[in-house]
Amino acid sequence: MSLSHESTELNSGEPTGPIEGLWDKFQEEMLLVSPANKRQYSVIMVGTGLAGAAGAATLGELGYQVKAFCYQDSPRRAHSIAAQGGINGAKNYQNDGDSIYRLFYDTVKGGDFRSRESNVYRLAELSVEIIDQAVAQGVPFAREYGGLLDNRSFGGAQVSRTFYARGQTGQQLLLGAYQALARQIDAGTVEMHSRTEMLDLIVVNDRARGIVTRNLVDGTVEAHLADCVVLATGGYGNAFYLSTNAKGCNATATWRSHRRGALFANPCFTQIHPTCIPQAGAFQSKLTLMSESLRNDGRVWVPKNRDDISKDPVSIPDAERYYYLEERYPSFGNLVPRDVASRAAKTVCDDGFGVGPDVEGSRRAVYLDFSDAIGRLGEEKISERYGNLFDMYQRITGDNPYKTPMRIYPASHYTMGGLWVDYSLMTTVDGLFATGEANFSDHGANRLGASALMQGLADGYFVTAYAVGNYLARKGPSKLSMSNPEVKHTLDVVNSRIKRLLSAPDPKHTPDYFHRKIGAIIWEQCGMSRSGAGLKQALEEIPKLREQFWREVSVPGSGSAFNQTLEKAGRVSDFMELGELMCLDALDRDESCGAHFREEHQTEDGEAKRNDEEFSYAAAWGFKGSPDDPCTSDMPTHELFKEHLEFDYVKPSMRSYK
Amino acid sequence: MRKLNLKLHVWRQNGPDDGGSFQTLDAENISDHASFLEMLDVVNEKLVEEGKDPIAFDHDCREGICGSCGMVINGQAHGPQKATTACQLHMRQFESGDELWIEPWRANAFPIVKDLVVDRSAFDRIVQAGGYISIRTGSAPDANEIPVGKTHADAAFDAAACIGCGACVAACPNASSSLFVSAKVAHLGVLPQGQPERFDRVRKMVSQMDAEGFGSCTNHRECEAACPKEIRVDYIARMNRDFVSATLRAPNEVAQRKAPSTQR
Amino acid sequence: MQNALTLYQTTIGKKVVMAVSGLVVFGFVIGHLAGNLNLYAGPTAINDYAAWLRSMPKLLWGARIGLIVAIVAHIVSSVQLANRNAAARSARYMKKVHKKANYASKTMYFSGPILLLFVLYHLAHLTLGRTPGYEFDPHNVYNNVVLGFQNPLIAAIYITANLALGLHLFHGAWSMLQTLGLSHPRYDVYRRQFASVIAALITLGNVSFPVTVMAGLVQPTDQSFCYEHLARQPGECGPRETQ
Ligand SMILES: Cc1cc2nc3c(=O)[nH]c(=O)nc-3n(C[C@H](O)[C@H](O)[C@H](O)COP(=O)(O)OP(=O)(O)OC[C@H]3O[C@@H](n4cnc5c(N)ncnc54)[C@H](O)[C@@H]3O)c2cc1C
Ligand code: HEM
Ligand code: HEM
Ligand code: SF4
Ligand code: F3S
Ligand code: FES
Repeated sequence: MSLSHESTELNSGEPTGPIEGLWDKFQEEMLLVSPANKRQYSVIMVGTGLAGAAGAATLGELGYQVKAFCYQDSPRRAHSIAAQGGINGAKNYQNDGDSIYRLFYDTVKGGDFRSRESNVYRLAELSVEIIDQAVAQGVPFAREYGGLLDNRSFGGAQVSRTFYARGQTGQQLLLGAYQALARQIDAGTVEMHSRTEMLDLIVVNDRARGIVTRNLVDGTVEAHLADCVVLATGGYGNAFYLSTNAKGCNATATWRSHRRGALFANPCFTQIHPTCIPQAGAFQSKLTLMSESLRNDGRVWVPKNRDDISKDPVSIPDAERYYYLEERYPSFGNLVPRDVASRAAKTVCDDGFGVGPDVEGSRRAVYLDFSDAIGRLGEEKISERYGNLFDMYQRITGDNPYKTPMRIYPASHYTMGGLWVDYSLMTTVDGLFATGEANFSDHGANRLGASALMQGLADGYFVTAYAVGNYLARKGPSKLSMSNPEVKHTLDVVNSRIKRLLSAPDPKHTPDYFHRKIGAIIWEQCGMSRSGAGLKQALEEIPKLREQFWREVSVPGSGSAFNQTLEKAGRVSDFMELGELMCLDALDRDESCGAHFREEHQTEDGEAKRNDEEFSYAAAWGFKGSPDDPCTSDMPTHELFKEHLEFDYVKPSMRSYK
Repeated sequence: MRKLNLKLHVWRQNGPDDGGSFQTLDAENISDHASFLEMLDVVNEKLVEEGKDPIAFDHDCREGICGSCGMVINGQAHGPQKATTACQLHMRQFESGDELWIEPWRANAFPIVKDLVVDRSAFDRIVQAGGYISIRTGSAPDANEIPVGKTHADAAFDAAACIGCGACVAACPNASSSLFVSAKVAHLGVLPQGQPERFDRVRKMVSQMDAEGFGSCTNHRECEAACPKEIRVDYIARMNRDFVSATLRAPNEVAQRKAPSTQR
Repeated sequence: MQNALTLYQTTIGKKVVMAVSGLVVFGFVIGHLAGNLNLYAGPTAINDYAAWLRSMPKLLWGARIGLIVAIVAHIVSSVQLANRNAAARSARYMKKVHKKANYASKTMYFSGPILLLFVLYHLAHLTLGRTPGYEFDPHNVYNNVVLGFQNPLIAAIYITANLALGLHLFHGAWSMLQTLGLSHPRYDVYRRQFASVIAALITLGNVSFPVTVMAGLVQPTDQSFCYEHLARQPGECGPRETQ
């Protein structure tokens, strides 16, 4: 794949004026669809996680005809369900000086000055309403004895603004949204299609008019048409194969829309979470996140001596332990931000100090040790704080963390990149919106803890309905016939791709085999730290792997029945292309920022070194090849569009955690 | 690290109308650190490489929270470990040489889609019948305007922890979904926000539960034992109480729910 | 009424009917046991007690009708639910492990019908006096019972039936509280204990009668009893030589 630098400018299209009034202004200026007319408009909502379920429910409630889709058997199972920690809301219930402005400020800074200020401000504004909405739905957030809501400080924030529901915040918020959606399904405003996967976007006269789906139960491929399409299909963290994402998380909807004209922004901005349970063997299918809060009381270390790496950690005396975070970052210690902690763990393991079992030739884990905290506070107190996490750890690893240190290692967790959207969350394809983790909008180069749930719900409950209404009011109603040639054509494209997956000339390997391979390449070269040389190497390896994939992938069974291997194969084929774009973007962004760490650009202490002069922009990539045929070897040219970022409110500064 | 060799008897069935039967498969060289589903992955990988049909099973998060996975392992829903979903069950619970019988959730209200995959859309329809608090987006009062005492908040949470996996139905000798339904009824019925619709909700949800063809609860408590989230049968008592007072107090008939649609 | 009927159409409604009817019969069994304990107070006590009961025909028949209705309702709803539950799972498990369901809960559909058969037999035996083996004397309940229990076969029937009753109540008494929603976090732990204790007491009490008779601790009486209001012919209770 080559790239051509045309550097066309992108316009985010927000209203002008002081940032505090932008969202109000947008709402005042937007066109309305009259209540009686709403039923004439149909909206397709792909994905029913937080962003999608909230969006579909709200649109349905307003009276639009909504068709919603998800690949799981029920909307209640979307990956949002797995979020543990919490959701931010600038309520200032703790009276500790929080405000919308402060949340905005923290988020822009946390994103290392690579996000759009106007969007982030809106997000902070809406954070307040989300909490009200969720509580009214019956989301059982943690409470104090007085009956009022409790908050905690999360991810190193200076204020306690995180609302949480035990360790299951995402689950409870999703159930709230799912129930709101269920109410609309019952009312007949939303038609739900579970176990249905979007496989392509139908674009007619440069406008998104529908999608092609495959019914995962019986294999039926069909078209669904509407006045506009919203993608809320989540992130692409599974490109790495091993990640904390659910097994089914995929980039198919966003990637295939990208092929049909939607720009893909900042694909290399992916977040790696430092505290996950490490890989135990080649069979490993996913990695489990352990809440970040563990670092409040746990101390991270590796043996000082390489000969000790396979010794029982308890037998290693304190003097022989290297508490590398505490030594390198004396003021933040074990609480340094996610990317710093992750990279430090990678470095010590690369240097041969990793512990735990040898998995395919290397030991990749560090200790997270609670013995000091247990000594200081007692086992009971620790169990009160982290009991369920300790139990989970023990269930998965068989080790008792009260007795022996935990082993942790970073894992892919969240993707800041996604489809480029303007202020109204519309992509560069007219009538195609992207919400939640699927878009690139609010987190810049790094996401703060507890802010993805916030974004999903802000987009879903509050932005989608306004943005869609405004769009539809401008367009007016129009009907499209199923016999439109574009519809037929897109159906053909999907069917022939399925056929191709089912009939590789020399079937040998499972889709998982290829998924592991592509995952290993991008994890190695485009994971926690990246280098020009490594990325170039990846860009050479990926096309070869892709060629092998289309030659050797084995997919038994047929396309017209329940076929999980076929589902996987389709998703892997998209990761094979997206993975390449991730590397390309990482190579092109010749600076370090947030979670994107280019080894060439670091301070003397090994910190990310931004280059605001040259790279203060969002990189949005356009697909220049044929939108129809999968890339079987080389990927066609991608074109780079830049959205220049202005920071009128939060002035860029360098962070330091020394 | 131990390595296990197991003999699996796996239920294979092509669809709701297919007869279905057990297929015997070998799972060889399985690490005791693998999860149960990873063990099945290994078996499937081999099948696919040989061009054979792999075992179909539902799964997604593999963290015990999405509720997708579920199978009856040697007669126990989600397997032998207490409060653990199939995806969180690890092979160190088993010994080399073990024979494992792996079956789908069996209940007529959960038709089999393929092998171990069942159609649990009945649960969705029960929630659609009334398992929510009707609140229009944007119309909520300030979150702290409704204080909720900690005991109520905790009770609501315990019930809200249900992941909708269906193990309760699978384990119940009567294939009753009472535990699932009661958990939602209690979650919303305990909270002050849920009071206005409390009795209407329970009436609608229970009559949908009946329309779906689940069995009735005769208080065996197998559901509680199988539930990965340890939802307690006390909620069933609560649901019964609310339901009776709902029926006796409401002037109109119990809302007749539509029979299960065949749309999947 | 309308509400009660719609309630009955639901599974929970049917269970409520079972619980309420079960409770009625349960209440009877307790009262019955208390009355029967008069046996240990001697022939006069129990015979007087029986005669006293029968001196109030309106009350007696009221209670009888209540019992009959309860038992019929109990059985009808149990059969309806059983059919429904059987239809809820047509394909059985190859393997099935029960973790919390106990012997009592799994055998309700055996212990229940055993009780039904027993009650029919029991009515024929002690109320109508239609069972063979010894001479039935409507004035002498004491002897009817004691002579009956001296027959090992009859004693065995009673013992078996009352063990079935114990099982039925061991689950039933708990289940009833659950069905009626009589649950409160503070008292839930006591519900199981309540059911176990009450089932044990009733079983022990009832089984004690045949056991004590067979052990010879309770002997038939030679006394003869005659109560005017029970007499079939006038003068039946006239002075007798032995009295
Ligand atoms: C382990 C973990 C812990 C986390 N903890 C936190 C936290 O504490 N706080 C926080 O703020 N954030 C957290 N996050 C991040 C946050 O959970 C997610 O970013 C967020 O929930 C994404 O929501 P979403 O609605 O955009 O997407 P998802 O919830 O992923 O939903 C995607 C939806 O799209 C559907 N879909 C996908 N592809 C297709 C297709 N091709 N066709 C049809 N349907 C499709 C799926 O079925 C699903 O319904 C965590 C993430 C992980 C992985
Ligand atoms: C006459 C024959 C009887 C039959 C066929 C019968 C049958 C049953 C059955 C099948 C159940 C259902 C069990 C359950 O749902 O958990 C049940 C419950 C019960 N039975 Fe009986 N039974 C009979 C007699 C009795 C008697 C004599 C008593 C009281 C002493 C009694 C008391 C109960 C109680 C309290 C319950 C619990 C109801 C509930 O779960 O809500 N039954 N019976
Ligand atoms: C060992 C235990 C029992 C003894 C000794 C016993 C004894 C008797 C006697 C003596 C009578 C006749 C009373 C009379 O005609 O005045 C009677 C009636 C009756 N018994 Fe029992 N009984 C026992 C257990 C039970 C049980 C377990 C049940 C029910 C489950 C039961 C149900 C009845 C009924 C329904 C009648 C008829 C009452 C009536 O006349 O209306 N008995 N019993
Ligand atoms: S009650 Fe328990 S077993 Fe039943 S669906 Fe919910 S979590 Fe699963
Ligand atoms: S096992 Fe079944 S009988 Fe009731 S208590 Fe649970 S639903
Ligand atoms: S796969 Fe999500 S609960 Fe098991």
